[in-house]
Amino acid sequence: MTALLTSRRQALLGALGLGVTVEFLGHKAFAAADGAAASRKLIVVICRGGMDGLSVSPPVGDPAYASLRGPIAIPGFGQTGGALQLDDTFGLHPSLASVHAMALAGEARIAPAIATPDRERSHFEAQDVLENGGALPYGLASGWLNRALVAIGPGQVKAISVGPTAPLVLRGDIQAASWSPGSSAGQDPRLPGILADLYAGDPQLSRALASGLATQSMAKTATADAKAALVAPDAMQGAMDGAGDAAMATGDPAMAAAPDQMAPRPAAGALDAQGPGQRQGLAAARGIGATLSGFMVQDGGPQVAAISIDGFDTHANQGASQGQLANRLAYLDAVLDGVRQGLGSAWKDTAMVVVTEFGRTAHVNGTGGTDHGTASTALLLGGALKKGGIVGDWPTLASARLFEARDTAPTMDMRGLFKGLLVGQYGLDRRALDTAVFPDSAAIAPAVGVV
Amino acid sequence: MALDPDLAAAIAVTRFGLGAKPGELEKALPDPTGWLTAQIRPAGGADLANPNEPTSASRVMEFREYQRQRQAAPRSGQPFDPVKFAGQLIRTDTGADFLARVQLGATTDAGFRERWALFWCNHFTVSATKAQTATLVGPFEQEAIRPHVFGRFEDMLVASSSHPGMLLYLDQAQSVGPDSMAAGYMARAAKGGGGLNENLAREIMELHTVGVEAGYTQADVTEFARAMTGWSIGGLRDEGDNAGRFVFRQAAHEPGVRTIMGKQYFQSGVDQALAVMKDLAASPHTAHHIGLKLARHFVADDPPPQLVADLTRTFQGTNGDLAQVAKTLVLSREAWAPQPRKFKTPYEFLVSSWRAAGVSPDKLEDVAPLLNAMGQKPFSAPSPKGWPEEAGNWCAPDALIKRMDWSEALAAKALAGRDPTDIAKAALGARLTPLVATTIARAETREEGLAILLMSPEFQRR
Repeated sequence: MTALLTSRRQALLGALGLGVTVEFLGHKAFAAADGAAASRKLIVVICRGGMDGLSVSPPVGDPAYASLRGPIAIPGFGQTGGALQLDDTFGLHPSLASVHAMALAGEARIAPAIATPDRERSHFEAQDVLENGGALPYGLASGWLNRALVAIGPGQVKAISVGPTAPLVLRGDIQAASWSPGSSAGQDPRLPGILADLYAGDPQLSRALASGLATQSMAKTATADAKAALVAPDAMQGAMDGAGDAAMATGDPAMAAAPDQMAPRPAAGALDAQGPGQRQGLAAARGIGATLSGFMVQDGGPQVAAISIDGFDTHANQGASQGQLANRLAYLDAVLDGVRQGLGSAWKDTAMVVVTEFGRTAHVNGTGGTDHGTASTALLLGGALKKGGIVGDWPTLASARLFEARDTAPTMDMRGLFKGLLVGQYGLDRRALDTAVFPDSAAIAPAVGVV
Repeated sequence: MALDPDLAAAIAVTRFGLGAKPGELEKALPDPTGWLTAQIRPAGGADLANPNEPTSASRVMEFREYQRQRQAAPRSGQPFDPVKFAGQLIRTDTGADFLARVQLGATTDAGFRERWALFWCNHFTVSATKAQTATLVGPFEQEAIRPHVFGRFEDMLVASSSHPGMLLYLDQAQSVGPDSMAAGYMARAAKGGGGLNENLAREIMELHTVGVEAGYTQADVTEFARAMTGWSIGGLRDEGDNAGRFVFRQAAHEPGVRTIMGKQYFQSGVDQALAVMKDLAASPHTAHHIGLKLARHFVADDPPPQLVADLTRTFQGTNGDLAQVAKTLVLSREAWAPQPRKFKTPYEFLVSSWRAAGVSPDKLEDVAPLLNAMGQKPFSAPSPKGWPEEAGNWCAPDALIKRMDWSEALAAKALAGRDPTDIAKAALGARLTPLVATTIARAETREEGLAILLMSPEFQRR
């Protein structure tokens, strides 16, 4: 009922009188509202734990692949549980059916040998470098995506992350919004205004509060849009009831709303892969993706988004076409599919990139899994993509070509891919990219021909 | 320059402790530093959240029994819903363990001792994100961490690294030396599996001891993983009462001399990895790594270098005597800066709120959904690195809105006719600023006043 939309938050937004809030709600986010960049969207998906590129886009046509991988090799094209074909060499994991459909439509590509500049094989260093955009971990307290917003021009493009906490990639001078499922139970319409006054001398708290209130007032519309956009009728059920097996990194938005608070997600081969938990998890994942899109399609909504998904650290019992990693990839596929469906016609202006901190060893290890490696696969998705084959070179898995006789060798610096996306979507110039967004990176050229 | 005694008491209870319960500031006032040092208990360790909790060994065996039943179910034709079963197991056991820990935090008179213990639980993270380890987090903290938090660091390192919770969480239990007898047997029997897993070895080096800046290589990690082969968990066929407990399997141990960070280890069997751990614990890199982490947790995300140096020196000079390190922390002037620089994690925020209100949650449903919503799911740190410290992670828009909503809800439930100004004075003491005090006094309702207190910058930080 519309009268209730003015529940407490809406009422308050006026009372708050914070410029940022009004701008966020009322106006086109873009000063150059008619410029091409005004509709361009960029979504960064971070898969945490070291996602196994050789399973995401298995090079089943590479002569060394099957023997290196043994029991965890994805079968070849056309076989039961086989890879979904992209070209003569590469396929996609069978769990990535939606991504494959996008690829067939020219809206998804792979960069199969990409890495951050970090070579330590430490999750935490590598994630730090991936997100801070520097050459070294812990060197920068802000993320490259936030600095890109600064370079585009403060107030021009807004950003949102999914989950209650803020990922490093979006931390920095510009306050990004954040959203996770779970409704407000608040009753006191005065409180936000009182707190805004109390926080006046406290930039960190005041900007977080203003952004949170603004996002909340958009959430109702975003959720409704997502419901309308999704084909699967049970999808929003899962998302909003939150019965998912989601393990969104740090944020864990699906679990945030879960009634069954302490239930584990199906993991490590302990539970049936296709049980009800998994199905609900996928519905929740699709709903989260679509709701994120629901924010992004609103007037004045965020055009840049970051979302993380964890659970990719598959040291043991990783599985092949089915199993632990297959379940996580199905979850990822559902999030991506939800985003695509939710964006509707805005998909054509969207570029989405799925990255991880490092790949995993080329050899299967002694416990049916893989250990920390170097290069992995990035997925590129969206209607804004240019058509083409793989992005970057494929070093092959020939033993002499493996990095340190162990890992897929990196042929592309992840910063080059990010730069290419920022150039294509927002027209950022080399100087800003090489100094501010990715400091001291003049040697890394933006990837061309991607968007 | 001595701090004003009232301010010192407020800092002692809110920054080093878990937040003030009604009347607690008065207890700390006569001697704030002494109030803290009296909580250091070298002989007894930290308090146990649930002294009657089942052991990890029984939990390990329960989970194995569940897996066995699950495999047997299709053949016996019995209806068995593994998801349901696992859900029950996790809810009843893990939920009870977690609630007990929250209740200890909400009620203890030794808030500093508990915060110190929680720091170490997070340093040696075992997370419930794996079904196998979910019921082991509570026992891990009680068996491997809490007894040792004021003892020697090396003892805690060994206790953690040999605990079934850690051995399962970081995949050590199934790691087999490639040239061991067990690997040979498995190869002859054409059985799958049987190989090296370097997960725990890497995280011991990177997270628990020396840290990446120590400059070790991939080869060092692999060598340490070889030294650790054989560190495993007993099953029903193991002798005596070893089922579900740490066992060393000589047959799985990789034979030979190991070289790690330039030093050779000639020991055989379990002693080899113990010798490596002894050296890791004694490394100056470990002293610095721990000193920095402690300063970051207790004082500031970007801590005063002098404090880090003091903690590092004590750690190294006492061979990792954690009681001495704790004393150095509370006696260091840099730790007492009046400005609060730490933004509370969701767990810290909730616990300190309950303490301020003088209540303790009596069921899991009052705790778990909140922590999930604020991004800190019970017992489920996102990675072996544990929960992050930085304000940038926790002070996010969505999380702040959820804190605000919950503050109102708690105020509506827990106020019981009391005056929010009194609660504010008892919770923050000399840290209560005139602006916040005035704002609370002007609140339209008592509930609003308490919510303002909980959401004030002074209460959100410590």
